[in-house]
Amino acid sequence: MELDAKVPGGPLETKWERYRSDVKLVSPGNKRKYKVLIVGTGLAGAAAAATLAELGYGVEVFTFHDSPRRAHSIAAQGGINAAKNYQNDGDSVWRLFYDTLKGGDFRSREANVYRLAEVSLNIIDQCVAQGVPFAREYGGLLANRSFGGAQVSRTFYCRGQTGQQLLLGAYQALSRQVGEGRIALHTYAEMLDLIVDDRKAQGIVVRDLRTGAIRSYTGDAVILATGGYSNVFYLSTNAAGCNVTATFRAYKRGAAFANPCYTQIHPTCIPVRGDYQKKLTLMSESLRNDGRVWVPKESADRRPPDQVPDPDRDYYLERMYPSYGNLAPRDIASRAAKKVCDEGRGVGEGGRGVYLDFQDAMARAGEAVIREKYGNLFDMYHEITGEDPYRVPMRIYPAPHYTMGGLWVDYNLMSNLPGLFVLGEANFSDHGANRLGASALMQGLADGYFIISYTIGSYLATKKAGRLAADAAACRQTEQEVKQRISRILSIKGKRTATSIHHELGKLLWDRCGMARNEQGLKKALQGIPALREEFWHNVSVPGDGDDLNQALEYAGRVADYLEFAELLCLDALTRNESCGGHFREEHQTLEGEARRDDEQYSFVSAWEYAGPDKSPALNKEPLRFQRVHPSERSYK
Amino acid sequence: MRVTLHVWRQKNARSEGKLVTYQVPQVDPDMSFLEMLDVLNEELVGKGEEPIAFDYDCREGICGTCSLVINGRPHGPEGGAATCQVYMRNFHDGDEIYIEPWRARAFPLIKDLVVDRSAFDRVIQAGGFVSVNTGGTPDGNTLPIAKTTQEKAMDAAACIGCGACVAACPNASAMLFVAAKVSHLGLLPQGQPERARRARKMVAQMDAEGFGNCSNYFECEAACPKEISVEFIAWMNRDYLKARLTEPDTVTPGMGAKVGPSPVAGHDATAKKHPVA
Repeated sequence: MELDAKVPGGPLETKWERYRSDVKLVSPGNKRKYKVLIVGTGLAGAAAAATLAELGYGVEVFTFHDSPRRAHSIAAQGGINAAKNYQNDGDSVWRLFYDTLKGGDFRSREANVYRLAEVSLNIIDQCVAQGVPFAREYGGLLANRSFGGAQVSRTFYCRGQTGQQLLLGAYQALSRQVGEGRIALHTYAEMLDLIVDDRKAQGIVVRDLRTGAIRSYTGDAVILATGGYSNVFYLSTNAAGCNVTATFRAYKRGAAFANPCYTQIHPTCIPVRGDYQKKLTLMSESLRNDGRVWVPKESADRRPPDQVPDPDRDYYLERMYPSYGNLAPRDIASRAAKKVCDEGRGVGEGGRGVYLDFQDAMARAGEAVIREKYGNLFDMYHEITGEDPYRVPMRIYPAPHYTMGGLWVDYNLMSNLPGLFVLGEANFSDHGANRLGASALMQGLADGYFIISYTIGSYLATKKAGRLAADAAACRQTEQEVKQRISRILSIKGKRTATSIHHELGKLLWDRCGMARNEQGLKKALQGIPALREEFWHNVSVPGDGDDLNQALEYAGRVADYLEFAELLCLDALTRNESCGGHFREEHQTLEGEARRDDEQYSFVSAWEYAGPDKSPALNKEPLRFQRVHPSERSYK
Repeated sequence: MRVTLHVWRQKNARSEGKLVTYQVPQVDPDMSFLEMLDVLNEELVGKGEEPIAFDYDCREGICGTCSLVINGRPHGPEGGAATCQVYMRNFHDGDEIYIEPWRARAFPLIKDLVVDRSAFDRVIQAGGFVSVNTGGTPDGNTLPIAKTTQEKAMDAAACIGCGACVAACPNASAMLFVAAKVSHLGLLPQGQPERARRARKMVAQMDAEGFGNCSNYFECEAACPKEISVEFIAWMNRDYLKARLTEPDTVTPGMGAKVGPSPVAGHDATAKKHPVA
């Protein structure tokens, strides 16, 4: 497989500007002749749909939700980064770029990250113009807060529901185009396969979740903006519906899957309780602006938190990382929490928790200020745990939250399959081995509003407008395969629920391929997964039929894909015999227990190519070349 | 603890529905209401029976997907919470719990407890936006907005589009939902150029979808998981009235958006109410 990243030449700082001047354009009269299919309506998908429709392209949008506004971007709490330097605290495009690249442990593509930092400026302006109610100062100007991995205050926010407001902005822009008849919107429409013909992505096969009808849609290009795969772990902070199916199906049709082992475990989630939980709840990273993380110094200390005096507390992030303190990046803060709990100093049920304490902040600023900043998060915590965080410190523990890996894309955000573009969390490009807080919203909107609008032209301008007939052989063949798979799942009629098999897979992955990984454990996981897959295909119970709303069937189909994808994830983790960012191989750590990269051997993107059933996928490498930055040891001390 | 559930089961919009009784013998008070239903569904699927269809996604009260009328109250007994944020510690051992779908003419039932709320999307498509294209927007700080104005707009913008307001209203009115968007955008300077047009178009579409009118029961506010104030309805009514007086009468319902399943109802004081069936 040839992996040409198509990064434009010239100095880093002017690549995107030059690209925009050089890229081929599609004339206004011709744009409407092209049809673009967009799957997913989160920040990236909704922004892309609105923008491309405004430009005049024919756009069809698909979401498995009942409404585009339900996409999981809606749940992002903390904020969105932009290098505006409104705070006059030394921020710049270069600094945001460097923080993001360093935050990703030098495992992302330099040119993509620089473009992201540049475009961040436009996003805030766009959202303000749409009426997104960003927090303001008394003088009426935009307010900022700080996030992990940065020493400047560059995060814009709407209370604790920034993702909601940004998504509603994009959703409203999308809805305007739907109302004007420029976008055909398909809800309850789940993409179950990609149609590839003549080695190009030409359409998708979709199941109408209300009627079970399977049909093909074809277009000049397909955009996947279908999010990440944290739910492979069963318990994660992702919404229940988030899944890997769209990207994994594309992988099986020839799109390369890049760095699947780069998964982000977020340090501040409400700890697991009971066996019945289906998902975990995140407590925004923004809380670490004012909350101090600690555990008792002694493992035998079982006193309630208010009876542990200061000298008996270990504010371990402040101790270990004095210059970033409680705002150490996520991978580092998560590992530190695991470390103190492994030492037996964890708090709460099962000893898997650490305190996030606001007493000092409330004493300093007053309870009212804390309430104004984080009120809804405190309420959410109170509802879930029954404990009042204004009185008792929160208890938190890391949980799967985001996936940096995704389908491989070039500088145009096009995969190795011509005509298939991938945006947002679904692609791999910008966050390397670890994403910084408030950068997912930035990337989703950058890709959707400001990048794809240019880069899709690079493909369409070389292509005559015209698409496959919906009854072409390739469409019928793919539809047939989708139908067969559904009938097969329905015909098993076994004894186990898809949930119980998924739960078992999740436990296996969390233990063997979670916050810390080693060769032995990964090999065990690689043995265990095929057995679980076997169990699924022989013993799963999916009641009902395929002709109406059948949530058990939808879910079982997604679990079937996780059971294959999990193997790819572990294989990638085993092959990457170094530690970097969220990928922590226990064999490779510094004396102080930090991740030790091996730039000589592993400074590349792993792009996995499907080789067929029961065959090991092929590893393709895109070398990472740094033009302006010299990868260094990533220190937050 | 142990609870008895009476759950609305209906195969699809064409078939008859009925309440079916289920026992859930082992309920942990720290379980969420939906986790309790998950446990029941696991048992049903294990037995090869069809699980109860209900909507959910984020399970943290922000996506607006979950619904359920629990013991007659949309989103259940806790104020200011979506169904996914309701915990079993609010119930008692031996409780009988009735679970029904949102019921409104504009929200046709799909299966069991799942209803189609696309009418809300069509109301937004009719005018719930600021008409700016991507690109060419001025620097965010060129437009100072008073903190109090922004906070008020944010109060309205917090709507999650779940439809509890409609389910709670004896008229199945969507006034709180529509008012929240009309106010969010109408309060901000960015929303001024289209303020009158927006109010008229959204209200026209709301009527076309078959939602009822408001007659000040204020059940919507009580049921709203985001505690959005009925003040915004008054705000919208003023905007709408002003728009009727100052704007030429060119707005027709729909304007390109598909009209929902229900006949058109007028939006004035004499309009017929739409009581819940």
